Amino acid sequence: MKSVQEAQADPKYKATLTELLYQLADDDFIIAFRGSEWLGLAPHIEEDVAFSSINQDTMGHAAIYYQLLEDLGEGDADALAHGREASQRKNAVLLEEVNGPGHYLKKPLYDWAFAVVRNYFYAQAKKIRIDSLKNSSYRPLADAAVKINMELYYHLLHWKTWFTQLATAKGEAPERMKHAVEKVSADMGGVLTLGPKGEEMAAFGLIEPEEVLTRRWHTEMEKVFESLPLSLPPVQSKHGNGREGVHTEDLNSALTTLGEVYRQNPVASW
Amino acid sequence: MSTTLSYDRLSEEEKYTQFMERIERGEKIEADDWMPDDYRMTLIKLISMHGISEIMGALPEKEWVPKAPSLRRKLGIMAKVQDEMGHGQLLLRVAEDLMKPLGKTREEIMQDLFRGDLKFHNVFHMPAPTWGDAGLIGWLVDGAAIITQTNMLKASYGPYARALKRICAEEVFHAQHGEAIIMALAEGTEEQRSLIQDAIDRWWESLLMFFGPASSNTTGTSKQDTTIKYRIRTKTNEELRQAFLDKYIPRVLSLGLTIPDETLHYNKEKEQWVYRQPDWNKFKDIVRNNGPKSKDRLDLRITAYENNAWVREALSPAGAGV
Repeated sequence: MKSVQEAQADPKYKATLTELLYQLADDDFIIAFRGSEWLGLAPHIEEDVAFSSINQDTMGHAAIYYQLLEDLGEGDADALAHGREASQRKNAVLLEEVNGPGHYLKKPLYDWAFAVVRNYFYAQAKKIRIDSLKNSSYRPLADAAVKINMELYYHLLHWKTWFTQLATAKGEAPERMKHAVEKVSADMGGVLTLGPKGEEMAAFGLIEPEEVLTRRWHTEMEKVFESLPLSLPPVQSKHGNGREGVHTEDLNSALTTLGEVYRQNPVASW
Repeated sequence: MSTTLSYDRLSEEEKYTQFMERIERGEKIEADDWMPDDYRMTLIKLISMHGISEIMGALPEKEWVPKAPSLRRKLGIMAKVQDEMGHGQLLLRVAEDLMKPLGKTREEIMQDLFRGDLKFHNVFHMPAPTWGDAGLIGWLVDGAAIITQTNMLKASYGPYARALKRICAEEVFHAQHGEAIIMALAEGTEEQRSLIQDAIDRWWESLLMFFGPASSNTTGTSKQDTTIKYRIRTKTNEELRQAFLDKYIPRVLSLGLTIPDETLHYNKEKEQWVYRQPDWNKFKDIVRNNGPKSKDRLDLRITAYENNAWVREALSPAGAGV
């Protein structure tokens, strides 16, 4: 297992490691941001409290990863989170997508079915990834994975409960869920991929190979879909591969909002 | 069983006398205990207003949650606003128990809010246009809330007193969270300092209004006499406002900030702050949902409620799957 110093002494290892950390950090950061836009708008007050708690955890995970990047000399964690351009971001496109029509302060016609499916699919992928990262060759990342894993158990349970409950309800819920499953699957490939450096990541023992993780995700999904009146469409990356810096306009608008105060003075203490 | 039977034989008047003796002895009234209708209705009004204010109170800060300027501040304000929603939930549960004998539910509370029959706190009708406001809300609005809520910690109604105990503990963290934002801005650049001064100028009148009118002569109605009689609270609105001024005026001034009231001074003989009265007609108008942000925030709440109707339907006993 490698320490910070050992990673820094090996430029190839370090470059591959930082690539993976950016993916992990940017994924959690942007989905926590989208989640925070839901605040006060969830279907009931109890869910508002629960969802908000999950978003805090997820934002906390992003902060851990950005800190790991800072420790590797990538720059200040807050600057990494708030100051980077869209083209420098490595998050999956699915996670940057808007919550639905409208704005978080004006007529937010947000789609709860999309929120449930996106968060459920993502939480399952994250769980599989975190389980693998517990054995990462980079010690600080393996330690972080142990910590993150404890919270992830509840996130997954939460979203799985919503997912099965809405998929099996009467009324318009199943139709809305079917539509959301199609929408999320169309870009879920972007979450599951480790990007152009995926093979090196596996070769350095940072994480297991992408194919192994993807297969595990499908196995878990099949178990759940089996008992539901829903099927899982093929997983694609319809709107591009975020791991390559390809993003949609939704990321630009997100960055404008989340960095609004930060940009007033990036060197000031806030 | 015999005690139950003999209690049932008491006249309403005798029950009322016993009830008043209980609360005067400092005993707690529980949800299933007998209570006068006036007491129940006062509590329902007070607690549902308090609960809804917590929920509507999340909205001015909501604007700043995604925009908080650092990872730490993002985490802090997310946790803070989540607490507020949690308080709302806790209080609505208390109100729901009180409403049960009347056959009413949370649905009625929400509908009353949407129709404008259930008011929420004046401060949450106001705009919060900068990050300075996000800090000030935590620092001074939550600071004011701690003072009014501490005043009810010994409330005669047990479930409310217990909920407040937890709420007050969390509000202390909120005030510290707000104070930390304010301190960082106060020690920052000119622009950052002006964010706080502008926020104080904007919020001062609302903060004075927060405690309500000194007497019912001011606005025509005030519940403070009833709530004091029933030992739900102990201090008057004016006493609470003075406690707030005692605590915060020195702090505001020590940061080199000013208070937008040149008449403000301390009368040593009376041991009281003398301040310019807020416009109480404006106050009445604001809480009738005619404040600068009343409509927007109600709209936000209503939009979310209507937009998620299908989810509530799916969760209802009739909508749940097999």
